[in-house]
Amino acid sequence: MSRTLLLPPHHYLNDGFGVRSWLLTRDHKRIGLLYLAAVTFFFFVGGAFAVLIRLELTTPAGDMVTDETYNKLFTMHGVMMVFFFLIPAIPSVLGNFLIPIMIGAKDLAFPKLNLASWYIYILGALFTLYALIAGGVDTGWTFYAPFSTVSSTTNVIPTAVGIFITGFSSILTGLNFIVTVHQMRAPGMTWFRLPLFVWAIYATSLIMVLGTPVLAITILLVAAERLFHFGFFDPTLGGDPVLFQHLFWFYSHPAVYIMVLPAMGVISELVAAFCRKQVFGYKFVAFASLGIAVLGFLVWGHHMFVAGQSVYAALIFSLLSFLVAIPSAVKVFNWTATMYKGSVSWSTPMLYAIGFIGLFTIGGFTGLFLAAIGLDVHVTDTYFIVAHFHYIMVGGTIMGYLGGLHYWWPKISGRMYNEALAKISAAIIFVGFNLTFFPQFVVGYLGMPRRYHAYPPEFQVLNVLSSAGASILGVGYLIPMVYLIWSLRYGRLAGSNPWGAVGLEWSTSSPPPTQNFEETPIVTWDAYEYPTPVEGRVV
Amino acid sequence: MWSGTPLFPESASTMAPRVDALYLFLVALSAFFSLLIAGLIVYYAVKFRRRSPDSVGARIHGGLVLEITWTVIPFLITMVIFVWGASVFFAMSRPPDETLNIYVVGKQWMWKFQHLDGQREINELHVPVGRAVKLIMTSEDVIHDLFVPAFRIKADVVPGRYTHIWFEPTKAGRYHLFCAEYCGTRHSGMTGQVVVMEEDDYQTWLSGGVQEGSLAAAGEKLFNDLACNTCHRSDAQGRGPMLQNLFGSTQVLHDGSKAVVDEAFLRESILTPARRITAGFQPVMPAFQGIVSEEGLLELIEYVKSLKTQSQGPDIRPQTGGPQPGEATPARRPETR
Amino acid sequence: MSDSPTTHREHHPALAHHFGSLAEQKEASTLGMWVFLVTEVLFFGGLFATYAIYRGWYPEAFAAASHELDIMLGAINTAVLITSSLTMALAVHAAQTGDRRRLMIMLVATMVLGCAFLGIKGVEYHEKFVAHHVPGLDFQFEKEYFRHAQIFFSLYFVMTGLHALHMIIGLGIMAWMLRWSWNGTITRDYASPVEISGLYWHFVDIVWIFLFPLLYLIGRHG
Repeated sequence: MSRTLLLPPHHYLNDGFGVRSWLLTRDHKRIGLLYLAAVTFFFFVGGAFAVLIRLELTTPAGDMVTDETYNKLFTMHGVMMVFFFLIPAIPSVLGNFLIPIMIGAKDLAFPKLNLASWYIYILGALFTLYALIAGGVDTGWTFYAPFSTVSSTTNVIPTAVGIFITGFSSILTGLNFIVTVHQMRAPGMTWFRLPLFVWAIYATSLIMVLGTPVLAITILLVAAERLFHFGFFDPTLGGDPVLFQHLFWFYSHPAVYIMVLPAMGVISELVAAFCRKQVFGYKFVAFASLGIAVLGFLVWGHHMFVAGQSVYAALIFSLLSFLVAIPSAVKVFNWTATMYKGSVSWSTPMLYAIGFIGLFTIGGFTGLFLAAIGLDVHVTDTYFIVAHFHYIMVGGTIMGYLGGLHYWWPKISGRMYNEALAKISAAIIFVGFNLTFFPQFVVGYLGMPRRYHAYPPEFQVLNVLSSAGASILGVGYLIPMVYLIWSLRYGRLAGSNPWGAVGLEWSTSSPPPTQNFEETPIVTWDAYEYPTPVEGRVV
Repeated sequence: MWSGTPLFPESASTMAPRVDALYLFLVALSAFFSLLIAGLIVYYAVKFRRRSPDSVGARIHGGLVLEITWTVIPFLITMVIFVWGASVFFAMSRPPDETLNIYVVGKQWMWKFQHLDGQREINELHVPVGRAVKLIMTSEDVIHDLFVPAFRIKADVVPGRYTHIWFEPTKAGRYHLFCAEYCGTRHSGMTGQVVVMEEDDYQTWLSGGVQEGSLAAAGEKLFNDLACNTCHRSDAQGRGPMLQNLFGSTQVLHDGSKAVVDEAFLRESILTPARRITAGFQPVMPAFQGIVSEEGLLELIEYVKSLKTQSQGPDIRPQTGGPQPGEATPARRPETR
Repeated sequence: MSDSPTTHREHHPALAHHFGSLAEQKEASTLGMWVFLVTEVLFFGGLFATYAIYRGWYPEAFAAASHELDIMLGAINTAVLITSSLTMALAVHAAQTGDRRRLMIMLVATMVLGCAFLGIKGVEYHEKFVAHHVPGLDFQFEKEYFRHAQIFFSLYFVMTGLHALHMIIGLGIMAWMLRWSWNGTITRDYASPVEISGLYWHFVDIVWIFLFPLLYLIGRHG
């Protein structure tokens, strides 16, 4: 790349200055950055709780914090990470920024609704922060009844209200994406020419729109029971506590696909770009996203194998849980095959993509352990589960998020980050992550239950390893904050296509103009259509 | 430090080896495929490493044969795992016919165990080796979960209903017992031990300790204290069904439906009888919700179970009409969820 | 959707900059409203599922509790709401044909009927309060069905309360449409806001059409 690159004279970042131009923006790119600030804040707050948890667990006795405090720590860690980081991160940051550009549109279908979604998220976040400051919540992020509706003496209602409100941010974002992808594609951008990231976000949006309302109603019923003693889940009032679990997991299982599908979409983009090659089996990967979304709604009972549902219900959920694993496996195979005879770059985003594939594979396999009911009975509610979902959420989603952030950073900011530091952090994160969570599989099978403040001494060594890993992981996450922010001012200019990738986002300037394109593109090529080697240069 | 660190749990029940076999198979399967994929990725990343800044990858769209292969083979493998897991689960869900029954009441934050002969234990459960034990469990407050890692068994303990779990210990020793469903402040303190003893030692233990009388005897006392006997009696004064041989029989209820008289049925009949009026009887029984504790319920249930006469069929003689002995027993109305 | 910046096409004041034409904008907003109504189906769906489960378990208690509802007021409300959907449909038609006067009359009629609905609901709630049928507030019911009638009434209040909330929001939307009709924003070319408001209103009506028999008419046949 030439060193005499200049920033474009007019782009979305210098189109208006001052707080009002940001807080009242309708530009999907600025809104994506508003979300970036918000989710980063919650990531570090949730992360701070994780640090405290792991510190406490270095010793078998509950000696660092009281029982009650510990219960609040893991609850708030879960609530913040799930609802305020993992669910919005990729869709609301990267999705908001990229979807219109990737389809050749000027903005999302409903820009004002997009801004409103951010404010709704912030409002929900404020309620939850209030609950935190007022003393926290101790129900676990799953707030099972009747403990949450009858027994807990902590700030259940403010937290519930916060999550309820933020849920609408999710619903409206999903609605916006669905209408945008249907209605706003540029001429020639047919469905099967869409980047796979768009397919993934579209599938995710279907889940957001169909699943989140059920969580909303569940929260409403919990609040009604707690405030007005309406008996829905409390057996002393004639209610059924297991009904809560059905309603809760009906959303919360698809929710995990809201968290991982966008990351898979990012990986498709990264693998294609950093192998300069079409994604192997494009249509299979696209349909796999839809398949995961549909099947994901049919498996919620696998969280309840020991909760007292009937044997036959358990069998059906087990069978379907195995089926939902297949499309994920298909994607992993397709990404691997894409690398064959690719032109493989070892840039940081590709390192994150490779890390994702490895860690998601392990997390996904341990999902098979859990779908096998006879085995799940032993490992459910232990650290085996904790390890499983962290492999997917952290080893999967967060790696995908960071990979995407690095890949599109030059497009978002116009500048490149320090590659050496970035590679080092990726390595630190990978090592720290595995050291944190692999021992948890072992200690879980040994029988250490989750949400335990104190534990039998024979589990200590594995816990110490895990906590050591956590400290490394924490450092790994802090370093990118530093160099990414540094690059905003001092990073070398990137130019419109620093990676030599194909995709509409790389055909416009870095940073893009407010209306995304100088002229509406007319698409006549497939996604990931790299020139043949004979044709030579990409850029 | 390392010597005290096990990496694999003890195996102390008949189910444990079955669960472990499935686990180890899955570990091997996962390790194989994970290493295969990781290996391929690393190999491709090295072999096809970008040599010049402008080079691109080959033009390959995909391959239908490959797609089908790597869809069908995982599907077949997962179906094998499914069947295997299901068969282990069936064995876990079906206790043998002859079991040593023990009642369990979980409450924040302790476990109460009640042996049929009256032995009560808190947070410690003594059982004999080599006999199938069934735990019938309920909670007094929120959802708990009884988990014994060494037996590889676990089940939620739910307020308002009975759940059960069974195991057959194979090795004497002391094993961890944990609450495995978050239940509030002292959730991590709600732990205990299962003490498995050789049969002789177990008998010794049973006969030692303060004899409070069997659960059934306590139930009989409660039955009389609560004046149940004023209606449930065998003479013309009785307004309620007689209880001899009632447990395990199938009854026709006043709305025409049928129900098997199990622990859950009896529990509901005592707490909210209006739902469980037997055909031919008036709905006059008072509800004992809030009057009888969970332990009291277990005692009453054991007492009713103990009421067996020499006659063959149900021996209920309602004052007005009703099912006669020998009438065809109707289908069961699903109740226990 | 090509939009060359050099030719200056006539730009309808209501056309947002990111759409190529009013037709595109209308298609997008219509699809958006339909997607939103799907989310509402799932939202109420959770409640209906809960209702179905408890009614399946406690049919007699539910029937007994349902008999305590005022079927006359419920039926009147049903008629009121169906009529309001008629006036709404007429409003939409008026908008599409550019009949500003009739549009405003029909919008007002819809709002009046909506207020009537809420008023009658208020009367019903008051009746229930006086009869001690509000769970958690000194609830009283025949002993036989006490516990499970509480569940019925809990569901009654949450379901009808949520429905009423949606009605109130609907009234707000109608007021907004009234303002736009009055100040000339709604024209024959730009009638889509009224159309999609109509979709919302009809949906709220349909929810009530399910609620009425499920809550008021249990066991009333024969």
